[in-house]
Amino acid sequence: MAKVSFHHNDGSVDVLDVDPGTSLMRAAVTNGVAGIVGECGGQAMCATCHVYVRPEYLDGLPEISEDEEEMLECTADPRDEDRSRLGCQIKAGEGFDEIEVDVPASQI
Amino acid sequence: MTAAPSTPQDPQNIVIVGNGQAGIQLVDSLRKEGYAGTITVIGEETHFPYQRPPLSKDFMAADKEPKPLPLRAEKFFTDNDVDSRLGVRVTAIDRAGHTVSLSDGSRVGYTTLVLATGAANRELNVPGSGLEGIYGLRTLADAEAVHARLDTVRSVVVIGAGFIGLEFAAAARKRGLDVTVLEYADRPMARALSPVMGNWFAQAHRNMGVDLRLGEGIASFTGDDSGHVAAAVSTTGDTYPADMVLVGIGVIPRTELAEQTGLAVANGITVDSAMRTDDEDIYALGDCANYPSHHAEARTRLESVQNATDQARHTAKSILDTHDGGRDYTELPWFWSTQGDLRLQIAGIAHPEDETVLRGNPDDGKFSVFCFRSGRLVAVESVNQPADHMAARRVLSQGRTLTPEQAADPEFDFKTYSKAAAAGV
Repeated sequence: MAKVSFHHNDGSVDVLDVDPGTSLMRAAVTNGVAGIVGECGGQAMCATCHVYVRPEYLDGLPEISEDEEEMLECTADPRDEDRSRLGCQIKAGEGFDEIEVDVPASQI
Repeated sequence: MTAAPSTPQDPQNIVIVGNGQAGIQLVDSLRKEGYAGTITVIGEETHFPYQRPPLSKDFMAADKEPKPLPLRAEKFFTDNDVDSRLGVRVTAIDRAGHTVSLSDGSRVGYTTLVLATGAANRELNVPGSGLEGIYGLRTLADAEAVHARLDTVRSVVVIGAGFIGLEFAAAARKRGLDVTVLEYADRPMARALSPVMGNWFAQAHRNMGVDLRLGEGIASFTGDDSGHVAAAVSTTGDTYPADMVLVGIGVIPRTELAEQTGLAVANGITVDSAMRTDDEDIYALGDCANYPSHHAEARTRLESVQNATDQARHTAKSILDTHDGGRDYTELPWFWSTQGDLRLQIAGIAHPEDETVLRGNPDDGKFSVFCFRSGRLVAVESVNQPADHMAARRVLSQGRTLTPEQAADPEFDFKTYSKAAAAGV
């Protein structure tokens, strides 16, 4: 299990225990975490599962693929060159046991 | 409230028929736009609303008992104060009385009715179509049945080289199965793709080991003693062993309720640019709706997630009269299909007569086809070239263009050009 925290702009936080192999996007959508959409179902095709990973958790995450790279150029909220990732491309347990992200104000 | 039906009713009781991509996004958008009245959503499947696109992709690739990806969390309906009816069909609409009748015998009143009924698989009707082991792929139930068979079969025949058929074919091939695809047309995805891209995909599938038979439709199926399919016979008289068959020959919009109640229907339920039917209290959107498309320069009906969700956002504003610009729907259509390692993305809508220009080298396994009409860019098809796709979306969304020479020139920085376009420069 990985502990995933989604921090919101209003200061609230959703903390989930996520099964290994489940993406942050799927965990968010299934648990009703506000502000994560995942319109393409996790195919890195829509950029609506954009998250800002907190700096202390960046090491160890999988490399950004070319597909993810292009989609990160199209996020609704500005891209943070270090912290922006697609939630569908980060799977629990792959490089971390715990992660905290900030949820952007908008995804569309 | 009972208003005289000559003016649209104020939305107080919105009833949505269908809980797929369009219906669920509409619920979300209505609440986000500040609608505080009642919402009833009726879905004929018993499952909590889920996403269909993964069913022909990740779902088929999964090892054991894949789970559907829900459209929202379980608490979505309660959180949004929505009356959700699952496993129930609407059997009739009473327009004068502003009610819908349900298959459980109940009736629900509406001030505003929205038809988000989607589409149904086109049925195959050749001799042998009734044999066991012949599947369609649309619902979660279909996907679970098909997935369960994949570990038990050796040979698969796919009828139709459209998106669903080819996504499935690629997944089956990845599992090492013998895959034959029968396609009546002379190239795959003929309805949606330029000939050059379609032909490239034909070769790419063959390179994967798929036996793609073009110009060969299905003539009949033969079965074994137990009534199970054993082979598919094509229109050229050739026979292909089939432990299972997947039929993907397109869908037909679910217009029966609309027709029954006298609404205009032509390739889907006819709506205007606000997504409204010819009854001012009834809207339709998504796979089931035929709308005036700015990009196709014609009435059109699109089958895609983007179409469903963008139309849902638009419909919410139409119902609540909160459009801050015009009421015309002008969202750029875009679409994707993942077939094994082949990632196809399309921005805009092309016509068969459009002039096509290649960007990049097809032999590299990644390139784009730019489609021009009367000198203007109208669509871009890309395979494994997400940068081109996203740049095309920026350019086309702004109604901008480029020259065919620029499209073909690898030195032309399309990405930077598109970002300038997006910034209104």
